[in-house]
Amino acid sequence: MTDLVVNLAYLGAAVLFVLGLKMLGSPSTARRGNALSAIGMLIAVVATLLSKGVVAWHWIAIAAGAGVVVGALAARLVAMTSMPEMVALFNGSGGIASLLVGAAALFPGVIGGAAGAETAVSTFTAVTVLLSVMIGGVTFSGSIVAWGKLAEVLPSGAVLFAGQRLVNGGLLAALVACGVCFALAPAADSPYFVAVLVLALALGVLAVVPIGGADMPVVISLLNSYSGLAACAAGFAINNNVLIVSGSLVGAAGIILTNIMCKAMNRSLANVLFSGFGATRAGAKVEGEVKPINAEDASLILEAASAVAFVPGYGMAVAQAQHVVHELGELLEENGCEVSYAIHPVAGRMPGHMNVLLAEASVPYDQLVEMEDINPRMANIDVAVVIGANDVVNPAAREDEASPIYGMPVINVDHARTVFVLKRSMASGFAGIDNPLFFGANTRMLFGDAKASISAVIASLKD
Amino acid sequence: MELVPVYLAFILALSIFLGFELISKVPATLHTPLMSGANAISGITLVGALLAAGADGPGWLATLLGAAAVFFATVNVVGGYLVTDRMLGMFKKRPDKQAAEKPET
Repeated sequence: MTDLVVNLAYLGAAVLFVLGLKMLGSPSTARRGNALSAIGMLIAVVATLLSKGVVAWHWIAIAAGAGVVVGALAARLVAMTSMPEMVALFNGSGGIASLLVGAAALFPGVIGGAAGAETAVSTFTAVTVLLSVMIGGVTFSGSIVAWGKLAEVLPSGAVLFAGQRLVNGGLLAALVACGVCFALAPAADSPYFVAVLVLALALGVLAVVPIGGADMPVVISLLNSYSGLAACAAGFAINNNVLIVSGSLVGAAGIILTNIMCKAMNRSLANVLFSGFGATRAGAKVEGEVKPINAEDASLILEAASAVAFVPGYGMAVAQAQHVVHELGELLEENGCEVSYAIHPVAGRMPGHMNVLLAEASVPYDQLVEMEDINPRMANIDVAVVIGANDVVNPAAREDEASPIYGMPVINVDHARTVFVLKRSMASGFAGIDNPLFFGANTRMLFGDAKASISAVIASLKD
Repeated sequence: MELVPVYLAFILALSIFLGFELISKVPATLHTPLMSGANAISGITLVGALLAAGADGPGWLATLLGAAAVFFATVNVVGGYLVTDRMLGMFKKRPDKQAAEKPET
């Protein structure tokens, strides 16, 4: 195939990516959009394979075959509750792929396909290779740490140590210095190249380590953005426009999601990245008496209710309670009750985590309500059922100026007539902040595993 | 030849703006599929990986790097698209009352 045909195919692929992303914006077209973007990818890959830059096939066949098997099995077998871990790993594999492409671009014969058999690496190429190695490296090691935290292989809280910022700053300075040294005398066997690689990987680890579990939605979407930017940098390194277009689309998408997540926590990105939020412990101590309730009484109140809102959080994912929640919701609907599911943008461990879990439990998406839509009508809700959520329903965010989450938009469940809080014990939430909601006059605590509690409520409703 | 970086920068700048325009209106329900679908697109680095692994004569090290890149990028692409499709397959509208509740499309 001539370069012209290959590049036209890339153009077609880029158009399909744009259309696909656009269609991902609406639930009715999202699935077709994803398929369209997959077709775009197929076109780009086939065109590349047929281009004159690709002459040796056997390594490609082996590597791609293994990749297809691993990718397909992972996608098929992963449990919906482990989706955040899966997304983190996919981000990481994209990051390291871009890193490797950048590194390979240093070798003569690779740049821009077989044609550019230059012996010396130009400064422009050197800089773009550096960028793809740096961004790719940070994405890769950062994603691995994020995966470790999500899978609880690593401590999921914020890990802080004295002089952390100093260490990170020094690391960044060393990274830049080594980068400059490399760019002055670019070569594939430059010791500075290895130094950049190692430093980028270390920086990725150290950048994610101080970020606590509840801030994971921000980290995941930021790493998502980085994986796009890494592909973009690799595109510059090998003069390939489809990489640049697609990479920057993904980069922009990730930045937007990151921004939405930050807004939902009323914090700046810098604050999320550097403050080690999950480790701090401040705010007014709340004193009061909690009023426990048992499943039987809870079912009586629910039976009499005409509007119920479920407010899920990470605890619902941990307890795998989404199916019983849906069962309870259906039971209440049969009883003539209006059921909705109110979802905070940062509930769970990645953007849209709760929506995916409830979709898995076949809750129709038009029953899922966003925070801005549920809050104005909270006063008309008879029972708000909080399932394993804590900080996102904490009224201290509205009232207590000393609270570390003061100013964060929350779902105002305390404005509902009655609030049930399903909770394993009286421990504070992830951010380590006391929640005055638990001591509210209209709050009843249903202690125990969320799944077991809801099953008990269902059983007594059926009696 | 000196203009090539500038052309590439043009593409970069316009694509970033396009990306912001495209994504800014996604409902919260679709945040996860959007993220994993976008992530699959970032696997486009596979194109670069194929060029690196399939190039003639850059030496075994470059071929090895390229082949490893092909593996990881393929995992990213195949896994990303399939898992997104699996998730989106679960998003269902309420079957009975589809009445005029949703103004947006």
